[in-house]
Amino acid sequence: MNTEKNSYTVIFATIMVIVVGSILAFLATGLKPRIDENERFEKQQNILYAMGVNQNEGDGGVEFIPTNQVEAEFSKYIKKQLVVQGDKATEKEEAYLIDMKKQLSQIKAGNNAELPLLIGEKDGNEFYIIPMHGKGLWDAIWGFISLDENMVVQGVYFDHKGETPGLGANIKQRFFMDDFVGESILDGNRYEGISVAKGNNDPLNQDKEDNEVDALAGATITGDGVSAMIKESLKLYKPYLETVRKK
Amino acid sequence: MALLSKKDANLILDPLADNNPITIQVLGICSALAITAELKASVVMALSVLFVMGVGNVVISLLRNVIPSKIRIIVQLVVVATLVIVVDQVLKAFAYELSKTLSVFVGLIITNCIIMGRFEAFALGNGLWRSFLDGIGNALGYGVILIIVGFFRELLGSGTLFGIPVLGDPVAKTGLYSIGYENNGFMIIPPAALIVVGIIIWVQRSRNRALIEEA
Repeated sequence: MNTEKNSYTVIFATIMVIVVGSILAFLATGLKPRIDENERFEKQQNILYAMGVNQNEGDGGVEFIPTNQVEAEFSKYIKKQLVVQGDKATEKEEAYLIDMKKQLSQIKAGNNAELPLLIGEKDGNEFYIIPMHGKGLWDAIWGFISLDENMVVQGVYFDHKGETPGLGANIKQRFFMDDFVGESILDGNRYEGISVAKGNNDPLNQDKEDNEVDALAGATITGDGVSAMIKESLKLYKPYLETVRKK
Repeated sequence: MALLSKKDANLILDPLADNNPITIQVLGICSALAITAELKASVVMALSVLFVMGVGNVVISLLRNVIPSKIRIIVQLVVVATLVIVVDQVLKAFAYELSKTLSVFVGLIITNCIIMGRFEAFALGNGLWRSFLDGIGNALGYGVILIIVGFFRELLGSGTLFGIPVLGDPVAKTGLYSIGYENNGFMIIPPAALIVVGIIIWVQRSRNRALIEEA
């Protein structure tokens, strides 16, 4: 067989593409339901984490509710799933599955968007859980922030697609996320958000009124991305939050 | 090594030391710099490359007599890319947690010059078993350096190993920190990896002078 002929090369390339294409297509279709379910469970775990429903122990790492219990826990703690437009909110089933990134690009294009907001209840307290989406240094970052009716942060969860391990990727570590708890997003009556600040002389984060948490060394751009993401999301939800805020 | 003949054993042992892909051939430096700030990431990357290199070398070796030489580089790329996607999808379905740790590196595997280098230099001209050993050997040689660099960078940069504090608490000033020790923030940025790799190369060549190139 002469493998140097042009016709052979073309036939080889065609067969290779067909074989590889079929393998990948078969694999992708076959695994899709499992992958979708994994992603759904993960979102539920993240949301519950942001409202403080998790299995963290002491100073250990991030411990979610286990995957096999998360569905039951989710329906136990999440009381309402809403879609917010301006200051109005309507209930919608499975609102938590709405892709925040798509909604943000709708808003950018000047269209109406469906912004999901969840109301959770734990120990008699109400939590308003807002999904966020923004960009870090390399790629997308996203997360959830839960607020009480005084607009004080009750918990956050951040995640990222491709921030640098050991630097920006640490936004999903407890030592970073725990700092947000107890911070107020308000400055007087203004929705200031929370800035990830360098050199704020408060590494233990004792000042909860300064709208600042201590930055991660070596991850300035990821930190700025987190600040911007919080600010942008609050801007979108402000009209609704104003209606529920206790003054 | 009764299992392997001496020649076959060398396929695994050579890349571990005297023909190491990173320190001697200076391949795969990009990922060695990018992901070694943490030990865990280094280990995960080393294992992924081990899989892709072992299987990839075997596939290329099986096809070596039918691949048209004009498009062999494209065929090699297709093989690596396919393997990487298969690994990624299977992990997402059955080991979701692990797949999230891996996500950054999976793309990096495709661009790893060691893989293409071994396909081109070895698997295209050698049999199945020897190609498999060569792939495993080179991936191990790559992984060893990654893990050494990751160990020093995480220890000196963050004072932790696998995310567990080993030198005390830098904020509460316990352990080593109580006598004035500080984490070196420089170690967690990529240039530090270059310096650690440089030191490894230095140590290796001063122990074995035959490795020093003539100027």
